[in-house]
Amino acid sequence: MKISREDVIRVAELAHLGLTPDEVERYRGQLDDILTYVEKLNELDLDKVEPMAQVLHAGSGDRHPELRQDTLLPCDVAVPILAQAPDAAKPFFRVPRVIEK
Amino acid sequence: MSAATSWTIAGVRAALEAKKISARELAAEFYARIDSRNRELNAFLTLSPERAYAQADRIDAAIARGETLPRLAGVPIAIKDVLSTQGIRTTCASKILESYVPPYDATAVERLDRAGAVFLGKTNCDEFAMGGSNENSAYGPVRNPVAPDHVPGGSSGGSAAAVAAGLVVAALGTDTGGSIRQPGAYCGVPGLMPTYGRVSRYGLVAFASSLDKIGPLAANVADAAAVTQVIAGHDSNDSTSADVPVPDYSAELDKPLDWLRVGVPEDYFGDGIDPEVKAKVEAGISLLHKLGCRRVPLKMPHTDYAIAAYYLIATAEASSNLARYDGVRYGLRVPGATLTEMYRNTRERGFGPEVKRRIMLGTYALSAGYYDAYYLRAQKVRSLIAQDFADAFQKVDAIVTPTSPTAAFRLGEKTADPLQMYLADIYTVTGSLAGVPGISVPCGRTKAGLPIGMQIFGPHFSEGRVLQIAHAFEKAGGFDL
Repeated sequence: MKISREDVIRVAELAHLGLTPDEVERYRGQLDDILTYVEKLNELDLDKVEPMAQVLHAGSGDRHPELRQDTLLPCDVAVPILAQAPDAAKPFFRVPRVIEK
Repeated sequence: MSAATSWTIAGVRAALEAKKISARELAAEFYARIDSRNRELNAFLTLSPERAYAQADRIDAAIARGETLPRLAGVPIAIKDVLSTQGIRTTCASKILESYVPPYDATAVERLDRAGAVFLGKTNCDEFAMGGSNENSAYGPVRNPVAPDHVPGGSSGGSAAAVAAGLVVAALGTDTGGSIRQPGAYCGVPGLMPTYGRVSRYGLVAFASSLDKIGPLAANVADAAAVTQVIAGHDSNDSTSADVPVPDYSAELDKPLDWLRVGVPEDYFGDGIDPEVKAKVEAGISLLHKLGCRRVPLKMPHTDYAIAAYYLIATAEASSNLARYDGVRYGLRVPGATLTEMYRNTRERGFGPEVKRRIMLGTYALSAGYYDAYYLRAQKVRSLIAQDFADAFQKVDAIVTPTSPTAAFRLGEKTADPLQMYLADIYTVTGSLAGVPGISVPCGRTKAGLPIGMQIFGPHFSEGRVLQIAHAFEKAGGFDL
């Protein structure tokens, strides 16, 4: 068994997911199957292999197309963004109390 | 749908220029089609007639003034509901964004708008594009227009179904591990996943940022090329979008296939492939040979590890990307006594089972003590798979494979076993990890009448060549093998 009920509950807490006891059991079984399957990656010798986080295209390394001119651009979007908020007290988002009295 | 009622992008243009129909009348005709089929197919989640008719009226006014029309003038298009559309609800097929209305257009959407397209509505998909059957939508599954008791594929199932049923001329989909190509295959229409970075992801609701791509589904390859032409190109709002010139794809289409070397990797024809799929794809490869391509046998030795690497990387990125849905700034909020309780209640109620499963898997793979064993290991295997493609493209100009090991399956057939569902992505996730472009084209049907897809991969930024091969294949009757 790769993953226990306690592991599932701990991961759900890390991910801020509420789970019912039934879901805990179901996910435990399914995640166990998946984690057992991905064990096959251990068949490969990866000691000398570099990890690949992103597709980097030839030439993009020195030309840095990801960098733009360091100039201010207008970003006047507070009103439409706050209009989507479940609970806004302009110009803020309101959330339940975080710090106890 | 009879040929007389099927529209192409070139056909729309000709009809508008000849004043045989107005853009507004054309939009109305397509809304009538949607009206008659969508109740059954569930391909659309939201219709946007207000914006569509405003766009159509702009085109009709331009025609009245005798102006040169933009490239996609009046073309009725659907947009997958993971792409932000200003003023049009964008749900990602999730309850957590049920009433979310984006304040801006995604770059790909904005470019279609500027090119004169008419947005009929937003198409159904798997929740946050996570799935291969469209059964993970919070708003019910899409049905395959070819066989309504079968899935349309996923995650861009609504886009593929809408095109296949003639409810739109073309649609945008997104592809993270096969989500354009596989529904294209299951519904019998071409679908292109461009090179990673070819199309800006700005405004695409993120699933796995290092893998997500936007591309077209259309009734024919020339139309897929025309849509790609419009949406491709650098965008300063996406730091991963490539600053590489966009060629004229339509001009590439009719070039001869003289002696193009087509690689056929034996690793894609082994255990688990349906014999009918194998036979049709083999027939497709023979047709390419007749058209002048040379067949080159290949080995891509790490193919068998792609599913494991993909599902660790994609879920790790998803767990991070979906952390933003917490009930604070937009979307659903379910109250709680504390901030943490509010987060937890919101996410419990807002996310469906597959999204939760992937967030859990990704969170686990990234958590302390497991990062090296799972996530880092998967990233290393990703390097090996990318190297398989780089090595192959030293020897060949394109790689041809099946798109999926089977044709469309029945609704409900695979929902009980998520791992089995993941394993069916074996032929598409490889190219996703490598970031290369790939198209699925129809290559005939099973005896039961279900479409089969053949996939063509090319090197980075070779969309022109991939489309050229696909177009030659289509013209030679390959779609109906």
